[in-house]
Amino acid sequence: MSNNFLFSKKDKKLLTDPLDDNNPITVQVLGICSALAITVQLKPAVVMAVSVLFVLSTANVVVSLMRNLIPSRIRIIVQLVVIASLVILVDQVLKAFVYDVSKELSVFVGLIITNCIIMGRLEAFALGNTPGKAFLDGLGNSFGYGIILIIVAFFRELLGSGTLYGYPVLEKLGVYELGYENNGMMILPPMALITVGILIWIQRARNTKLIESN
Amino acid sequence: MDVNKNSYTFLFAILMVVIVAALLSTAAIQLKPYQDVNIVLEKKQNILSSVGINILRDSANIIYTKYIKEELVLNSDGNIVEGSAFDLDLSVELKKDKSKQLLPLFISEFDNEKKYIIPLRGKGLWGPIWGFIALEKDLNTVYGAVFDHKGETPGLGAEINQDFFQDPFQGKNIFDNDGSFKSIVVKKGGADKNDKYAVDGISGGTITSDGVTDMLSERLNMYLPYFENLKSDLRNNDSVLNIDTLAINDINLIYE
Repeated sequence: MSNNFLFSKKDKKLLTDPLDDNNPITVQVLGICSALAITVQLKPAVVMAVSVLFVLSTANVVVSLMRNLIPSRIRIIVQLVVIASLVILVDQVLKAFVYDVSKELSVFVGLIITNCIIMGRLEAFALGNTPGKAFLDGLGNSFGYGIILIIVAFFRELLGSGTLYGYPVLEKLGVYELGYENNGMMILPPMALITVGILIWIQRARNTKLIESN
Repeated sequence: MDVNKNSYTFLFAILMVVIVAALLSTAAIQLKPYQDVNIVLEKKQNILSSVGINILRDSANIIYTKYIKEELVLNSDGNIVEGSAFDLDLSVELKKDKSKQLLPLFISEFDNEKKYIIPLRGKGLWGPIWGFIALEKDLNTVYGAVFDHKGETPGLGAEINQDFFQDPFQGKNIFDNDGSFKSIVVKKGGADKNDKYAVDGISGGTITSDGVTDMLSERLNMYLPYFENLKSDLRNNDSVLNIDTLAINDINLIYE
């Protein structure tokens, strides 16, 4: 067990890799669907990031615990059942104890089930690794996902609605008096794709090992 | 043990389904009472905010009994019938034939004035929208309105639950000068400031805005018979006007 200490070099890599070198959104291009849908405003993006954090790390641990028991022919279905149950559980608990947050998320809770990052991690990592490692991998990937979500939502809310977390920043700064207008395009899904594209561009400009050689 | 045998696979699937089903139904049943409380409190909170009383959800129970004096159930002829207005489910009523629908109505009374609160429900772009509109005692001027939605587009249609959309409803009229019903229109491209029967729509949220327009005219229209009854009652009893001068002094308490 001693070589399995929580933050060995390898384990640390599990946590930090998905933040940059192996980011689920900008490098693996997974979870784009939810990145488009819920990044209009910061608040749902943050709540979504937290929910995915919970679902992904728990599902990773659960599947990793069962990894030697799952028949390989129905493993995808088993993974889906684990994810869906966790999501429903989260939804019910939110409705009972933090009703406002649950209203904020509304349909997006269901979207967590369809988030390919979660299935991707279960299939690629949790099925073949111990629960501790799977947990770290879940944390790392949901951080990597959440960071991109929050960055995109930051720019879309600021430029599209002129607010941040619902607070009218631009109005308080008085930029409207200078003739500035909100860019309604930022609210629409295509601009999320373009924002993610710009993020990928910036990331690759800084981190040259991500550039494919051709 | 060979985990890839057919019999094992079936056994695993069956066991998994049973365990998950048991787990989730237990959770759902255990949490149901908490969820129901939230839903009731939220409804009270919404009813109150249509008459301008904004409170935290936790205090909704106490404040509600203080300000909402009457809960009525009406039939389509405008007569009062037995029943609990609060528990009446509009989504069920709306599916019925118009003549069979029951209509809930809440009457709030403070500052010596009655406000008539009408629950609304209609269709947005992605799902149901609902709300409450409060009318002054003249049954014509809007005192306040609140709206909410299940899953309208964030930043667009979903903005109907924001103040900037709801506040302009205050002071609008639902009847024209001749006394015929006009309702209030949510206008694409913005409403004229002096227009008593229209408010600004939300750019990019036209379908939700139209949903609000339809909902208002459809729902308010249902209450016209009751308004007629009420008005003729008022005319007959003009001399017996209720002069209850008890002022509610603690209205400021709520905002603290």
